[in-house]
Parts: sequence; structure tokens; C-alpha cells
Amino acid sequence: MNPETIIFFLLAATAIFSAAMMLLSKNAVHSALWLVLNFAVVALFFLWLGAPFIAMVQVTVYAGAIMVLFLFVIMLLGAELVQDERNVLRRQPWWAMLLAAVFLGVVGMFFLSNGVGPLPPAFADEAAARAFGSPTEIGLALFTQYSLPFEVTSFLLLVGMIGAVVLTRDEKK
Amino acid sequence: MFPLIPTSYFVALSGILFTLGVVGVLTRRNAIIVFMSVELMLNSANLAFVAFARQFMDVSGQVFVFFVMVVAAAEVAVGLALIVTIFRTKKSINVDEISQLKG
Repeated sequence: MNPETIIFFLLAATAIFSAAMMLLSKNAVHSALWLVLNFAVVALFFLWLGAPFIAMVQVTVYAGAIMVLFLFVIMLLGAELVQDERNVLRRQPWWAMLLAAVFLGVVGMFFLSNGVGPLPPAFADEAAARAFGSPTEIGLALFTQYSLPFEVTSFLLLVGMIGAVVLTRDEKK
Repeated sequence: MFPLIPTSYFVALSGILFTLGVVGVLTRRNAIIVFMSVELMLNSANLAFVAFARQFMDVSGQVFVFFVMVVAAAEVAVGLALIVTIFRTKKSINVDEISQLKG
């Protein structure tokens, strides 16, 4: 087993462990912090897969902005210790586990029948490796081929912002 | 440069993380944790997108991840505002207690 594979499995184990701890933590603040760790590890995978721009966006937007917003709301509501007191659907957790096991079994069967599959193609030289997924290339694609979706996302963010302000406004005033 | 690992490893990891997110949505009843599980699922889909972008040497997959992140950010802003409003009126964020729309 070569060192890359060992590093991959260590990182993958960290990602899976942090995701599982996110689900198992009783305290919502702990859940949020485990999710931050998970996002950081996935950002490392993005770097590994030649997506430095996406990795940095992941760290700043996901692990930074979005999770800080989550922590703000948890602490604002004082809801960090809200328990799952009662389940209306009593057997729902068992069905969830069963369906998750079935889904993972399908993924495993895909591996068993198709093998490991191809390695990603190697880069021609170091310049090509640096160019792939760089901010320059992403920006070029965003502002030429994908300029209409890019404009639509700006509108979507505006709608989201107005929606958040309207929803949290105090009705009584 | 970057060491080569079969793309299927990344896709399998993405599938495992997605499954954990599904389990979180189905088993936890705290609305904020349900919401965080949804974020986990979105993020695992992003991992699959980036893995396939690397496999096919096409940057479009990464551009799509960018769009998914924008949608996730907007969704979090509106969703957390909804949770705050529901908590203000019902004093609870247990998703089983929010059933007033049930016929």
C-alpha cells in the first residue's frame, strides 16, 4: 500500500468519523463543530482533486460563513441541548438505518461488480496541473460559458437575503 | 504534484457521507441538526462533482459546485430564518411538533 492510499484512508476515516459524531452529539454546538471538521477535511480532498479555488471557497463560505451562522442561531435560540424527546413515528430510526444499509450495500455491490475503476488522467506537466481548477480558469468559465447562471445566482442571493429579513422581522411593530 | 487515487474511492466516500446525512435527516428531530445533515449531503454531492471533474478533466463540474454552494448559502439564510421564526412562535424546534399543516 503506497503512502498516498494510507493518507487517503486516514482522511476519509476522519471525514466519516466527524460526520458520525455530528449525528451522535447531544449538544448542537458540538454537532456544528464536528461538521466544521468534516468540511475542512472535504476541502483537503478538493485540493487533492485539483480544485484549489473550490477548496478555498469551501473553507471561507461553508466552514466559515455558513457554520458561523448556524452557531449564531443555535446560541441565539439557546437550543443547544434540545433533546429528541419523543418520536412520533416510533420505528422511524430503524427504518432509516435499514435503508442506509441497503444504500451502502448498493454502493458496495457496484464496487464488487465493476472493480476499482480508472485512475484520473495524469497532467501533462506542472503548468497544466497548476492551471486546472485555478481561479483564472473557473472565472473564465463563469463569465463566458456560464454567465447567465452566474447572474441568476446573484438574483437568488438577493431573494434569499430579502426572505431572511422579512421572515425574522418582528410582526408586532 | 497530486498523487493519483482511483476516482471511485472519492465517489464511494461521497456516497458514505451522503448516507450519513440521510440517516441524520431521518433520525434526529432537532431541526437545526436536520438542517446540518442536509448541508452534509450537499457537500458530499460536491465531492462527487469535483472527483468527476478531475476524472474527465473538465472544469464545468467545479463551476457547478460553485453554484451548489451559492444555493446552499441562500438556503441556509432562509432556512435558519424560518427556524428562528418557528422557535419564536412555538418555543420548540422539534420537527415532530411542527405539524399544524397536517390535514
